Amino acid sequence: MTSPSHAVRPDGLAEIDAIIAAHLWREGPLLPILHAVQAAFGFIPQAAHAPICAALNITKAELHGVISFYHDFRDKPAGVHVLKICRAEACQAMGGAAMSAAVLAKLGLDWHETSRDGRVTVEPVYCLGLCACAPAAMVDGKLKARVTPEILLAELGA
Amino acid sequence: MKIYVPRDAAARALGADAVAAAFADLGHQVIRNGSRGMIWLEPLVEIEENGMRRAYGPVAPGDVAGILAGSVESLGPVENIPFFARQTRLTFARCGLIDPLNLADYEAHGGLKGLRRALEMGSDGIIAQMKESGLRGRGGAGFPTGIKWETVARAAGPQKYIVCNADEGDSGTFADRMIMEGDPFSVIEGMVIAGLAVGASKGYIYIRSEYPDAIEVMSRAVRICHDNNILGRVLHTTHEFDIEIRVGAGAYVCGEETSLLNSLEGKRGVVRAKPPLPALEGFMGRPTVVNNVISLATVPVIFEKGADHYASFGLGRSKGTMPIQIAGNVARGGLFETGFGMPLGALVNEIAGGTATGRPVKAVQVGGPLGAYFAPAKFDTPFAYEEFDGQGGLIGHAGVVVFDDAADMRAMARFAMEFCAVESCGKCTPCRIGAVRGVETIDRIAAGDASAVPLLVDLCETMKHGSLCALGGFTPYPVMSALEQFPEEFAGRREAAA
Repeated sequence: MTSPSHAVRPDGLAEIDAIIAAHLWREGPLLPILHAVQAAFGFIPQAAHAPICAALNITKAELHGVISFYHDFRDKPAGVHVLKICRAEACQAMGGAAMSAAVLAKLGLDWHETSRDGRVTVEPVYCLGLCACAPAAMVDGKLKARVTPEILLAELGA
Repeated sequence: MKIYVPRDAAARALGADAVAAAFADLGHQVIRNGSRGMIWLEPLVEIEENGMRRAYGPVAPGDVAGILAGSVESLGPVENIPFFARQTRLTFARCGLIDPLNLADYEAHGGLKGLRRALEMGSDGIIAQMKESGLRGRGGAGFPTGIKWETVARAAGPQKYIVCNADEGDSGTFADRMIMEGDPFSVIEGMVIAGLAVGASKGYIYIRSEYPDAIEVMSRAVRICHDNNILGRVLHTTHEFDIEIRVGAGAYVCGEETSLLNSLEGKRGVVRAKPPLPALEGFMGRPTVVNNVISLATVPVIFEKGADHYASFGLGRSKGTMPIQIAGNVARGGLFETGFGMPLGALVNEIAGGTATGRPVKAVQVGGPLGAYFAPAKFDTPFAYEEFDGQGGLIGHAGVVVFDDAADMRAMARFAMEFCAVESCGKCTPCRIGAVRGVETIDRIAAGDASAVPLLVDLCETMKHGSLCALGGFTPYPVMSALEQFPEEFAGRREAAA
């Protein structure tokens, strides 16, 4: 889902304009625009703010409010790999807390952190709908059930 | 010979894609069906020969050659597996049985019959049927669906909307995900019928971003329905209905209907005060039906088989069936659809076989992160709306999460508060501040401060009565139920407290 962290290309503005134009007909187009921008750039670049505000007639503060409200939207690139580990109750019932603690310890990261070499970002997620085959995680958009620290670390090549 | 390998997210997360590839490598065509709901048997493969479907599971790629050669023992027909045989499948009748994206298969199994009947009835007839069915909102609130539709039908407005709430964020629940991946046309058919009832021509399905498979299957299903005149001009009549898929962005609170509407409009997903009801002033300020996925997916079968048939199942005011999801530390986890009224203990012990670890069940949480914990002493509670309410709980979206005796109930209570703090939209003070204070207060209890216990009780009262929506209002359920049933875990300092 999340594309690797590539920088805003010189043609980024044109791409942003094209994304806005593609969604502007919708009722309430902001979330579809933000999803599309993030899919294209890996995050919501600052350069996207002004054209989005102008097209939707909203203030910078309103846009910032929306971007910062939702856990999915990033204002800077994530690591090459994004690991989301479920912290919710069903996964906890199957040892999820100890499992994620072991992964974080091995990676030397806390929740929401990216490794210094930019390889891995670890984020909590609250339910992936894999509650009858817990604990669950998502590695680069791919769902994994009944995970162990070993399985997740192997997925990351760590 | 037909080969079925689920494309359900749980099956895929357990390796179904590799199994399907192994069949393909041997030159076989594979149908990617939904899950039959027996998650402990996933990937569950079915082979259909001479009109008979035999199941195998859990299947690894290495088993495939043996299955084809007949040297692997079959589980027999799915319908004979006790977990499946004890169910009453109305909403999920087709899930796992058919190819989810094959419209002919859908129609061959009763699909579109309900819509055709509804088209003959007209708005008043449809609403009367819905009321007679007794269907109540399956998202958790349990509000009668027919009355909601009637309110929107009577509201004046040039444009009305049907919004399908597919922001299934409750831990322990996956029924919405399963039906969207396994029988997406039923959701669409339900939305079209709702549109006919209230006079809406536009629908939105708001799916959480954590469900990539459901987003993909629903999007393809909507396109197929467009190409086949189910959407657009409905079955070549003068009625028009269109559906757009929208994707959430990782905010639990957007499962609350007014937050969802704000999110759909492109705003922060903060809760709106009610009134006005969304039925009168919903999406874009216009009359809007907001229904859960399962409520809408149940509509077609009500019209296919009749409201009286649907209402003949259940208990008291909880009519019909409920797809109960049994999860967590459980031997046989999955989706079990049954008429309301089965005792909780029968579900946990007989149907699901107790814990996966083989240790005693300590408690189950019913209804997601805002649902109460039930210790085995309450296991005779019948699974139904009023009955759970009477025991200080709620059935919510009917997720049951099982914990064994290793569970730390004070830690679970703390987690409930922590989750509320993380996901609070910030609109009302009891939720925004209360959840943070709740974590701190439970930490004081953990540190040995017994005087903090009455403070926690008081805080829960404030949150329960003072919050705008269920997030702040129901977080006290898991907290108080843990405190009341396991008071010893809140007494004094714990050596191992982190």
